Amino acid sequence: MEIVVLLKQVPATEAFIEIADDGVSVKTQNLKWVINPYDEFAVEEALRIREAHGGTVTVVSVGVEKTTEAIRTALAMGADKGVLINDPAAQGLDGLGVARVLAAALKQIAFDLIIAGQRAVDDDNFLVGPAVAEFLDIPHLSMVVKQELQDGRIRCHRTVEGGTLVVEAPLPALFTTQRGLNEPRYTSLPGIMKAKRKPLETKTLADIGLAPAVVTNRGARIAAFRLPPQRSGGRMIAGDSAQAKAAELVRLLHEEAKVV
Amino acid sequence: MSQAVLAVAEQNDGVFRKVTFEALSAGRIIADRLGGELAAVVLGHGVQAAAADLGRYGADRIRVADHPALAEYLNDAYCNVLAAVIEAEKPAVVVFGATTQGRDLAARLSARLNAPLAVDCLAIQAEGDALQVTRPMYGGKLLADVRLEGPLKLVAIRPNAMPITPLEKAGTIAMVAAEPGRTRTVFVEKTLDSGKVELTEADAIVSGGRGMGGSDFSVLEALAGVLGGAVGASRSAVDEGWRPASDQVGQTGKVVSPALYVACGISGAIQHLAGMSSAKVIVAINKDAEAPIFAKADYGIAGDLFELVPLITAEIRKLKA
Ligand SMILES: Cc1cc2nc3c(=O)[nH]c(=O)nc-3n(C[C@H](O)[C@H](O)[C@H](O)COP(=O)(O)OP(=O)(O)OC[C@H]3O[C@@H](n4cnc5c(N)ncnc54)[C@H](O)[C@@H]3O)c2cc1C
Ligand SMILES: Nc1ncnc2c1ncn2[C@@H]1O[C@H](COP(=O)(O)O)[C@@H](O)[C@H]1O
Repeated sequence: MEIVVLLKQVPATEAFIEIADDGVSVKTQNLKWVINPYDEFAVEEALRIREAHGGTVTVVSVGVEKTTEAIRTALAMGADKGVLINDPAAQGLDGLGVARVLAAALKQIAFDLIIAGQRAVDDDNFLVGPAVAEFLDIPHLSMVVKQELQDGRIRCHRTVEGGTLVVEAPLPALFTTQRGLNEPRYTSLPGIMKAKRKPLETKTLADIGLAPAVVTNRGARIAAFRLPPQRSGGRMIAGDSAQAKAAELVRLLHEEAKVV
Repeated sequence: MSQAVLAVAEQNDGVFRKVTFEALSAGRIIADRLGGELAAVVLGHGVQAAAADLGRYGADRIRVADHPALAEYLNDAYCNVLAAVIEAEKPAVVVFGATTQGRDLAARLSARLNAPLAVDCLAIQAEGDALQVTRPMYGGKLLADVRLEGPLKLVAIRPNAMPITPLEKAGTIAMVAAEPGRTRTVFVEKTLDSGKVELTEADAIVSGGRGMGGSDFSVLEALAGVLGGAVGASRSAVDEGWRPASDQVGQTGKVVSPALYVACGISGAIQHLAGMSSAKVIVAINKDAEAPIFAKADYGIAGDLFELVPLITAEIRKLKA
């Protein structure tokens, strides 16, 4: 089973995000970077599938030099090799642009199964996985919490509002991860040592046969970042007893906030 | 350049999701701004009867794609049919609800039609040929104004974020070709927790965290019950196995925008705030008066949730009696 994981490096979820002076990007200097949490599920699931069915796990990312750290972490978890697409023309693309680059890179890599995150917790596009599947003309299944592989088909439990759907597709296919799929393993010291010797190839757009112009026309562009409206916040309800506080809260919710 | 707008209705067993009406109302505003018409499209099987409802929210015309293969949502069949409807209607903008289905369908179509997509939009403005939307990024830590350009633009609006405006229109209904085309995904089965209010659609959410101390959430369920809302959870409560993963609110859980969010025994970690900070009114109940959640809440009560929540429930019951 040839498995490819689409992995993005993102700021840690606890990071405090500041808007850069240009107003359309964020300050990256002091951020801690991690594997996108949903892609961590993808790496873990890929490793489990390889453990059960044999094969190779290849991690593919569009990023910058620093992204090699996230790829090495995935290699330390147990992935076999990494491919980084690092090209000035591939920076700051919209979701469709990234998907196009990934799809082009995948034309040079053998795969039976591609696993992506349902979303990257920085851009929150919810787009790249299904778009890669479309560009490669393979089926995709979204927000998967459980999968079974059998006879060249994949059966997935996918979460929907208020329940679960079971759907099936023939391989090659792509699925995206949802929390609940697995608990990603930690990297071990031997794993980290081994990862240093695993192949990590860096490619440019030319290497994957893409002319920069094909990906640089962005249809979705950030015009401005803003901070969400801040709450005046923290009006503490006073009262002599729990009963008095409860009554005062309900009065305020009814008369002032008008939500009950 | 086309001025038409298409709103994609989402139904389950013939019942429209609330976000469908939000999408129609948003679509109406864009269509008026562009000076074009608003069409609604519904895909499914046996949905003609329900379709008439769509005319009550400003749709000039209603397109129904009915086929047994569309009875359950499968992205390939839905994508093929919707691509054909878009081809025929030639809209400038297609509006979806940002549900699990809407996001999945919009993403695949975006690639197929080479049309930019923005999901989880909180506001939409038409500006000439471009569309400017506001959407959260970095798990809601920032809002981004995103410009979408090109002859066709796709937007998926966050449930509960935009108003529903009833507006009676002629709403002529026409059946359209519903050719599922080449499909590879197959529906096997569906399990729904019936009677449960879906978190992303709930008007009121009462969430519990580690402060619950165990899997007994009955005090929260009672409060959610009188509010007609749903029960959510922090990741800690999910990790403890007290609640299912589908109840998790936050950056790696659901992002919710209810009118009222009551956080009980939740400290207010940044990843939790990411999932609920767009609620209209936030109430925090925590026994630690210094808990960070209080700085993000509109109203806070310092105290034991097990004592306070039942009293609040009783007060609301009194009010509603
Ligand atoms: C990659 C990543 C992703 C994450 N994603 C999410 C996410 O999506 N959602 C999420 O919620 N978290 C997420 N987290 C976890 C987050 O960082 C916090 O650990 C978590 O939100 C804490 O949950 P909590 O507030 O329930 O628990 P705690 O922080 O332990 O807080 C419990 C609170 O309960 C109060 N309390 C205790 N007993 C009572 C009582 N009887 N009455 C009243 N108050 C009481 C305490 O004073 C305390 O403030 C994520 C973390 C990481 C690293
Ligand atoms: N730059 C990237 N490199 C590799 N994979 C990516 C990249 N961006 C997004 N992805 C994949 O697509 C998923 C969804 O991202 P998005 O659509 O941007 O929210 C992520 O979880 C990754 O699996």
